[in-house]
Amino acid sequence: MVTVLNRAEQKTVKRKQKITKQIKPILQTQNLSISYGENKAVQDVSLPFSKNSITALIGPSGCGKSTFLRTINRMNDIIPSASYEGEIIYEDVNILDKNIDVIALRKEIGMVFQKPNPFAKSIYNNIAHALRFYNIKKKTVLAELVEESLTNAALWDEVKDRLHESAYQLSGGQQQRLCIARTLAMKPNVLLLDEPSSALDPVSNAKIEELIMKLKEKYTIIIVTHNMQQAARISDQTAFFLNGKLIEYDKTDKIFLNPANKETEAYISGRFG
Amino acid sequence: MESVASTAKDRLIKSTKRKNHGESSGKVIVTLAALIIIAATLSMTIFLSIKGMQAFIINGVNPIEFLTSTEWNPTGENPEFGAFPFIFGSLAVTLMAALIAGPLGIGGAIFMTEIAPSWGRKILQPIIELLVGIPSVVYGFIALTIIVPFIRDYSSGTGYSLLAGIIVLAVMILPTITTISTDAIAAIPNHLRDGSYALGATRWQTIWKVLLPSVMPSLWTAIILGMARAFGEALAVQMVIGNVRDLPGSIFDPSATLTSIITLNMGHTTYGSIENNTLWSMGLILLLISLLFILIIRFLSARRKI
Repeated sequence: MVTVLNRAEQKTVKRKQKITKQIKPILQTQNLSISYGENKAVQDVSLPFSKNSITALIGPSGCGKSTFLRTINRMNDIIPSASYEGEIIYEDVNILDKNIDVIALRKEIGMVFQKPNPFAKSIYNNIAHALRFYNIKKKTVLAELVEESLTNAALWDEVKDRLHESAYQLSGGQQQRLCIARTLAMKPNVLLLDEPSSALDPVSNAKIEELIMKLKEKYTIIIVTHNMQQAARISDQTAFFLNGKLIEYDKTDKIFLNPANKETEAYISGRFG
Repeated sequence: MESVASTAKDRLIKSTKRKNHGESSGKVIVTLAALIIIAATLSMTIFLSIKGMQAFIINGVNPIEFLTSTEWNPTGENPEFGAFPFIFGSLAVTLMAALIAGPLGIGGAIFMTEIAPSWGRKILQPIIELLVGIPSVVYGFIALTIIVPFIRDYSSGTGYSLLAGIIVLAVMILPTITTISTDAIAAIPNHLRDGSYALGATRWQTIWKVLLPSVMPSLWTAIILGMARAFGEALAVQMVIGNVRDLPGSIFDPSATLTSIITLNMGHTTYGSIENNTLWSMGLILLLISLLFILIIRFLSARRKI
């Protein structure tokens, strides 16, 4: 009986949270367009991202969803020809402004990539290394934070006895969780995941998905995925991109069960893309 | 179209009669090429080993004295064969040239790949290629005309010095180090850069803490290949180093290297004489140390990561 009550309570709490979330998203793009030179990769996209929710970005290859994702923590700054129009409002600040400290921004908006990209260092140092960027150098503090991040990324039990082995000794799925741990060590608010499990086997994929679901409690997550089932399983909202444009955005259930747009329906049912 | 009557057996099973499309003649040609290369290398190594050992075996020069003594006086009444000053000279110019060219070359490589990949590479690449194309005698000539007088003006000596040799060699091995480092850094997969930047690393932190450590073995290979070149270079060094038989007291003192002593003396010593044989021994030392460089490179490339 008690548990039932608790669940009911949780539901009302969640509902309340949802209402507040809808009022004020933590991150919001407004009429965002991104170009590489002459080529417009993303056109006029306005999307809200609410706190502690998972938003899936889906669409065929080359539709601009990865470009969109990489702009949110200004990773596209590395590409000289990239330019933006519009705004990305993150906690009342337009992070596309020139005076934004990109280095500090990337610490708050972390990113995990398609291909696991651990550094050529030990498991321990992959994480400690990132922390040292922020002048955390005390050994005891480092060790604590490394354990905490690895635990949060559900990797600690698998690697605690071999922290000083090369990260390349790990399996692909473990490497990816290490990369997630490395990002979590920065204590970000938003996590950008660019097809984080597309290079992994189904078992590793399931572990990553489970992890992402758990991370939702603490972080706002935006995930690019080619895997429809993955989007349907884990996300709260789904945005469908096509040719650089946002075609449809809604609750995931709605998108998958009753899409408003014909192109969305065609893509989801696998008729193109 | 094959005729209807032909069976898979006719078409597919190897026949001894049918020509095999130049397969065997091609194989013979490349095998022959490989054998000639192997034979040439082996025979040279064996010849150099035999000649190099003659001074010790036939002429009774003490090998330990040869390697450690600083007295080189092959034509005196009591001839002495201490090649240590030349071994030292060779190692000193090589190491110090690498010390100068290593940071410069790797720095240039980082500039070309990470800082200004578009225009930096357009400018530096041709310059580096030009440096490779300059013959060593021209390097020596330039150094003789510019560096030697410059050192003479700012030190007490004649200008012919260890330092002059070091500077010439540093410039000469710069292309080797820069090219190999550039290729190594450019070959780092972009996802490593992404990973670092996404963690909020600055460009410098990314280069210094992520990129360079991941290509360290290749960078060492670049430096050691450069050293191998410096170690074997004779002409340009000989023109500026002064060629004296004493151990230099400072980098402003004249010195000599194994290669410069060999080129200077091989013409006027008679074949088979003790002095000539000791020159061969120096050649053998050059070969052995080069071999050591190659072994180190092999060891490093086995450790290459990513």
